Amino acid sequence: MEFVRPDSLQEALATKAERPGAVPIAGGTDVMVELNYDHRRPEALLDLTRIAELATWSASGGYVRLGAGVPYTRLIDELGDTLPGLAMASRTVGSPQIRNRGTVGGNLGAASPAGDTHPVLLAVGAEIELASARGVRRIPATDFYTGVKRSVLEPDELITAVLLPVAGTAAEQFSKIGTRNAMVIAVCSLGLVLRDGRAGVAIGSAAPTPRRVSGAEEFLAAELPWDDDAPLPDSLKRRFAELVAAATEPIDDVRGTADYRTHALGVLARRTLTWAWDDYRGSVRACA
Amino acid sequence: MTSTTGGRTAATTVNGVGTSPARPDGTRKVRGEFAYSSDLWHEDMLWGATLRSPYPHARVTGVDIAAAVAVPGVYAVLTHDDVPGLNRYGLEHPDQPVLADDVVRYRGEPVAVVAADHPETAQRAVKLIDVTYDVLDPVTDAEEAVRGDVAAVHPGGNVVRHAAIRRGEQASQADVVVTGRYEVGMQDQAFLGPESGLAVPDGSGGVDLYVATQWLHVDQQQIVAALGVSPEQVRLTLAGVGGAFGGREDLSMQIHASLLALYTGNPVKMVYNREESFYGHVHRHPATMYYEHGATRDGRLVYVTARIYLDGGAYASSTGAVVGNAATLGVGPYDVPNVRIDCWGTYTNNPPCGAMRGFGAVQAAFGYESQMDKLAAACGLSPTEVRRRNAMCEGTVMPTGQTVDSAAPVAELLDRLDAMPLPSGPSRDAGVADLRSLPGGVSNTTHGEGVVRGVGYAVGIKNICFSEGFDDYSTARVRLAAVGGEPAVTVQTAAAEVGQGLVTILQQIVRTELGVDQVTILPAGTSIGSAGSTSASRQSYMTGGAVRAAALKVRGALLSHAATTLSRTAAELHLDGGKLASAADGVLADLVDVLGEAEFDETVEWRHRPTEALDPETGQGNAHVQYGFAAHRAVVDVDVELGLVKVVSLDCVQDVGKALNPQAVVGQIQGGSAQGLGLALMEEIRTDGGVIRNPSFTDYLIPTVLDMPPMNIEVLELADPHAPYGLRGVGEPPTISSTPAIVAAIRAATGKELLRVPVRPDHLI
Ligand SMILES: Cc1cc2nc3c(=O)[nH]c(=O)nc-3n(C[C@H](O)[C@H](O)[C@H](O)COP(=O)(O)OP(=O)(O)OC[C@H]3O[C@@H](n4cnc5c(N)ncnc54)[C@H](O)[C@@H]3O)c2cc1C
Repeated sequence: MEFVRPDSLQEALATKAERPGAVPIAGGTDVMVELNYDHRRPEALLDLTRIAELATWSASGGYVRLGAGVPYTRLIDELGDTLPGLAMASRTVGSPQIRNRGTVGGNLGAASPAGDTHPVLLAVGAEIELASARGVRRIPATDFYTGVKRSVLEPDELITAVLLPVAGTAAEQFSKIGTRNAMVIAVCSLGLVLRDGRAGVAIGSAAPTPRRVSGAEEFLAAELPWDDDAPLPDSLKRRFAELVAAATEPIDDVRGTADYRTHALGVLARRTLTWAWDDYRGSVRACA
Repeated sequence: MTSTTGGRTAATTVNGVGTSPARPDGTRKVRGEFAYSSDLWHEDMLWGATLRSPYPHARVTGVDIAAAVAVPGVYAVLTHDDVPGLNRYGLEHPDQPVLADDVVRYRGEPVAVVAADHPETAQRAVKLIDVTYDVLDPVTDAEEAVRGDVAAVHPGGNVVRHAAIRRGEQASQADVVVTGRYEVGMQDQAFLGPESGLAVPDGSGGVDLYVATQWLHVDQQQIVAALGVSPEQVRLTLAGVGGAFGGREDLSMQIHASLLALYTGNPVKMVYNREESFYGHVHRHPATMYYEHGATRDGRLVYVTARIYLDGGAYASSTGAVVGNAATLGVGPYDVPNVRIDCWGTYTNNPPCGAMRGFGAVQAAFGYESQMDKLAAACGLSPTEVRRRNAMCEGTVMPTGQTVDSAAPVAELLDRLDAMPLPSGPSRDAGVADLRSLPGGVSNTTHGEGVVRGVGYAVGIKNICFSEGFDDYSTARVRLAAVGGEPAVTVQTAAAEVGQGLVTILQQIVRTELGVDQVTILPAGTSIGSAGSTSASRQSYMTGGAVRAAALKVRGALLSHAATTLSRTAAELHLDGGKLASAADGVLADLVDVLGEAEFDETVEWRHRPTEALDPETGQGNAHVQYGFAAHRAVVDVDVELGLVKVVSLDCVQDVGKALNPQAVVGQIQGGSAQGLGLALMEEIRTDGGVIRNPSFTDYLIPTVLDMPPMNIEVLELADPHAPYGLRGVGEPPTISSTPAIVAAIRAATGKELLRVPVRPDHLI
């Protein structure tokens, strides 16, 4: 197996164009597991860790452009306030060692339905930037995932960045069920964003792909008392929970049953909505 | 730790018994410099790999190795035809093929082995071996296996052992009767160091094997039989062991690597990866248990009836001993006049099960402690009160008829637990609590919503050392001489240090008995007699006892020698801090001067008092050497809407007779309790039709630091007069009571019956 170490993005894209079979490796926390277990035997590995621009982020015009190779630990430390939802999800990924290496780009590359960043990327309306020698394209996160561990990424493309709105007055929540209290793959998860009279809702590990729940988003946009300071009525929370639960298409597996996943997402929907609404009202009041 | 010392207050030697000196291998382990068995290396070394059956039950109709042999770099591809001796091995019965011949009986059973010049090459060759199978229906239900409703997995039928215990009235009646059917899932030892070792051929038909194991001599016996050589031709040396917990009592790669080494004439190393490790060692027996407890209205036990089924999987391993423990300890640490227990260990096509910390006792404890809580509820008593009313004590007669002849402080353990302060209540203020203190942890599933607290108690009992008439002994050699102007002792045994700290304890014992600071523990190997297994909480007792006895012989000889040199009588001399002294005149001489060129070298084979076999009809007999007791109180917060659990506190009181090394004792209690927490909440090998569904640490979950709470631990030291220093084995008891205490706490929080461990989130909603 060859180990290719490009110094620049241009070089990396040229390599990928020539050798679409070369497997990109960022933190390696998914790739190395597959190699160690011989689940995958690529002709070449394309090391992305020397490409400086993949490991940087910048903020402008209300957006963060997060390089695909920024490890979780840095994201949590440097962007915890700017991207609170993504930081919450990042905190739940693996252990400190995994967070030191693992990246959002890698989470997207793996495209596992259980990947922790996906519900947040979907809920905040992130865009994924994909580049190849042919050019650059940006696609909404909703269009990225196409099946279990499959995405629209073309063989000659690399994920270069993720574009996410700065939270500002938005309230962001991420919540994940696991059968132990740390370092666990999600049994199911939920991302929720409330921003300017609109809502973003997405679930993970409850369908073949991470999934946005448009019905629940529309319900919240229409029914939340956006201009009212009162606590949310239980009936509204319940209805929201039902809409989220109805959007699941889970399976029974060794991590949990389908019924449990659906039930738990209903509970998480109610709770995260309560927390997000409190935060949202708080931050809107603070700015008023 | 609060240490409560009962009895003697002998002056302690510096770094001797009763102190907590640093481990001799501690620094290297913490710095990552300790060589584990997977780090072994030899020039011209080949790598071994194993082909395993993909089916839990199948007839092997053909094995074609041609394509594998043709791979460049492959030195050997061996099948059962290449096993020169007996193609069977096993701890209690030689029923397991070294390499499958006609039938494979579990998914993962070794069929062929390969040696190649690179591990990748070996793996590739393994994939090229073409085995044809005639797939058979797997037998997967232990109760059906006992009833004989299914095919026989082995020619003699599916019952490996049935143990019956009959005591008192066999048709008792009582005012209050509680019944239950309980299940324990298949736990794994989950040691971190995978099975590994290095076999080096000696050029004359023999082999030196460096391996991580628990019992060198029993490995040696089985290897010798399979290779068809004489015992002197197979020499074992213990390599660095990365955890064991029972999982290394059976052979894994030992015979395979030796076969390959003898065949190729090259050293052969084998290392399993994590997935292969799940197929490469035995697990804890899953259990199904039917219990009936009868009691008076005030909660005094009249009788206990139990039927216990333990699934041993494809091969016997230590199933017989597991059955013996579950049967003899099946009513728990209680005084019960009338007992009827039947316990079966079976063959099925599930993964083989064998030794794991607390075996037999762990499974039974989940049953009898769940029953004691049911009884408490039925009688309107608190969980501790019902246990106190039935608590056994010194003098109690066990269901086997054996009278307990040393401390059995069950009531005291409960009293002390009750006296420990409870943690403060759960935080219900949304947003205030640290997420890490809540069920779900940083996964942010609750800010206090749905969280209900529960408290639960449990007590456990374990036999220490080998039981049922087994000739249990350990061999130790202690040598004292002056080295570089200092008195120095070397200690040689074949006892496996598996992380528990025996190497530290042996140094401490020698320091106490000989007053010599510099003590070196030589690598364990078969060049000395057997030490028995590092299991059954027995090594401090047995190898500690043997080293002490050898040190005492050295002392005797030394004092006679010194008496002549110093013109004293041996009786008036003693050793202290590298000096010889008498009570009357104080220090008389430096030990090093008295030693001169002399050398004192003693080897001792040491036994505990004998035990008896159980009567096969009635299960009566003085089967056990010593009993160990621990009790836990668990406090849990349960998110009752999501079924997630946070164990808030897990406090423990245990009697250890004598804490030879108080820090190591606490370490054992913490580790054992964590392993019990794992069984309560998450640790289970899930099988489907005999196939393991989660052979990885991604899906076989073990507790993390956010799952295991800090513990309050009280250690009692009620000396056992029969044991060296009065000690009582420490390693297993805390694993036993931890699980039922946690489940009891979850029941208290949720009101759910919870008849199975591990408890999963969907059981709670
Ligand atoms: C012990 C452990 C615990 C874990 N726990 C979690 C968890 O709790 N939650 C979770 O979501 N995940 C978890 N993971 C999985 C993994 O850590 C994450 O998916 C992580 O985000 C992967 O990032 P990486 O940089 O290490 O990816 P890599 O392993 O380097 O790559 C992953 C995939 O993405 C591709 N890839 C990487 N970068 C790019 C790019 N720029 N362009 C195109 N393709 C790319 C690779 O080719 C590969 O297919 C865990 C893994 C381990 C080993």
